[in-house]
Amino acid sequence: MSKAILYDATMCIGCKQCEGACAQQNKLPYDDKVAAEAVQSEHKYTVVLSQNDKFMRRLCQHCEHPACASVCPVGALHKTAAGPVVYDVWKCIGCRYCMMACAFSVPKYEWGSLNPRVRKCIMCPDRVAEGKQTACAEACPTGATKFGDRDALVEEAKQRLHDNPGNYLPQIYGLNEVGGTNVLLISSVPFEQFGLPKLERLGDTPLPEYTGRVMNLMPDFIPLWALILGGVYWVSNRRKEVAEVEAEERAMRGVK
Amino acid sequence: MTIMNIKVTFWRVVFAVIMVLGLYSTYVRYLQGLGAVSNMSDQFPWGLWIGFDCLCGIMLAAGGFCVTGAVYIFHVERLHSIVRPTILTAFLGYILFIVGLLFDLGRPWFIWHQMIYINLHSVMFEVGTCVMTYTTVLFFEFLPNVLERFGLTAPIRWVKKVYPVLVVLGILLSTLHQSSLGSLFLIFPEKMHPFWYTPAQPFFFFISAIICGLAMTIFESTLSARAFGRGLERSVITELSGALYIVIWVMALLRLQDYVHRRVNIFKPSYEAYFLWLELILAFVIPLVMLSFKKVRTHPDLSYLAALSAILGFVTNRLNVAMTSMETWVGHHYLPKWTETCITLMICAMGFFLFTLAVKYLPIYEEEHHESAVAAAAHTDEALPALAQEPSLAD
Repeated sequence: MSKAILYDATMCIGCKQCEGACAQQNKLPYDDKVAAEAVQSEHKYTVVLSQNDKFMRRLCQHCEHPACASVCPVGALHKTAAGPVVYDVWKCIGCRYCMMACAFSVPKYEWGSLNPRVRKCIMCPDRVAEGKQTACAEACPTGATKFGDRDALVEEAKQRLHDNPGNYLPQIYGLNEVGGTNVLLISSVPFEQFGLPKLERLGDTPLPEYTGRVMNLMPDFIPLWALILGGVYWVSNRRKEVAEVEAEERAMRGVK
Repeated sequence: MTIMNIKVTFWRVVFAVIMVLGLYSTYVRYLQGLGAVSNMSDQFPWGLWIGFDCLCGIMLAAGGFCVTGAVYIFHVERLHSIVRPTILTAFLGYILFIVGLLFDLGRPWFIWHQMIYINLHSVMFEVGTCVMTYTTVLFFEFLPNVLERFGLTAPIRWVKKVYPVLVVLGILLSTLHQSSLGSLFLIFPEKMHPFWYTPAQPFFFFISAIICGLAMTIFESTLSARAFGRGLERSVITELSGALYIVIWVMALLRLQDYVHRRVNIFKPSYEAYFLWLELILAFVIPLVMLSFKKVRTHPDLSYLAALSAILGFVTNRLNVAMTSMETWVGHHYLPKWTETCITLMICAMGFFLFTLAVKYLPIYEEEHHESAVAAAAHTDEALPALAQEPSLAD
């Protein structure tokens, strides 16, 4: 059973306690200046955005089938059974394909560093392994960010949408998008207003499937193509040899 | 003009300027980081270095597998004389690709992790592994030049024995990684403009590699004929331009079919459409119109222009795939910083320089001299006289 985070934008008061707790948990700098920054960055894994008293929290969506992990040539990113998508910095070669592949543009890079790392929310894997909540969920005073089992949270989100249809858009962002994510968002304001990709642009197909379709052909394609090339070589080489021998014979006969 | 015994020519000055700026940019890259040297950002994690140095570099080095394949697998003997220079171009191309990668990777000192932390789902892993192996294959294909230079005949015989295996391996690996460069872009359907997001991208990348392989061979044969004052066999150019003409037609029809099938309107003006039109004109309209005339296909200078247009067209295509197609999604434009551009220019300049050095010190064109001497005796009018001397690094 994988763990997940449910964020209910209608319950959020924009206090940014989650930001502070996240920074503390991940040993990132946090002060008023950082709090005022309204973008995810290499020193800010989560951000509470606000527009006309409406809020939206951005963090890694922790996809069920993460594109970032599938594209990484050295497997520096991977999805744990418990839900978090984590990053092994010591494997990373810095190709930044994960940043390209992420539909939510979550991974950020230390552009100023000489030994740069990819930075993103990793859903407090150590805390989760100990059976604790994520730092952000623990810090949230209103319960807008809630940590728990994904199935239970999906049910709860559906219940909230059902009980208060006027309060929410009829969508759970992350339920099926790109194959489902372990961060679920519900809100009264369209998600794209806060820079999240439009639902219809994402689709329900897990992104790794698009490349998987091609990669799966390889085990059949490689021997087949090698056989064809070898065969063509053999035939054309044989023809050349035969032609040479025939020319020789003709010459011999000519001499006789 | 001569300074310290070195003759100063226009191209040498250009080369020196590029190298100085490039070395300064290299200094910035390794002492201040990627952010200081480039305009890449969290919004544009891939820039000119991936778009041009990697995607285009590999495409332009494809001549190696096209020509060796034609000569050794299909026994198109007429192309034999250009096998060595083409392998040289390919070998240099792949080495420079790796050099480019050392600039682009955030942690280039861990590039070898690729060999031990394997992720079979990753297209990038496949590309990396194939490129690594193919560079090794190219090394062995190139080795006879060096061995011959030092008169080591025994090892040459060993290499010659396994040559067909090397060639088959080279084509196999090239097919895989040339197409996989296109597969890299399959995983962001939501980000790319429909002009350039197509499930057929791997096929298109493979065919455009063949086109550019042929076009580069024409380009480079003509250019080095001028630069090194050697004779150029008209039949080789005719053969290559004919093949180029056919493959561009195949590509044009496939591209058209793709747009029709996906119902993409390519005629409605937009920011992306202007870039697409530029690409289509350079890659298809100009070369196809030019090459449809037999006079062009048999004339080295005119073939050269057609090939150049095709090269520019497909370079535009790859830059469009890697950069233009994402700009609407990201919401702003990307232009490389001057230092970023200087590093790319430096890598290209190194390519020209190393090519000239190799031709000067290795028997790249000598094998051909023996053979073309025989051929020239048979049909004297086939070998063109050396074209007018072009100012070059070879002086």
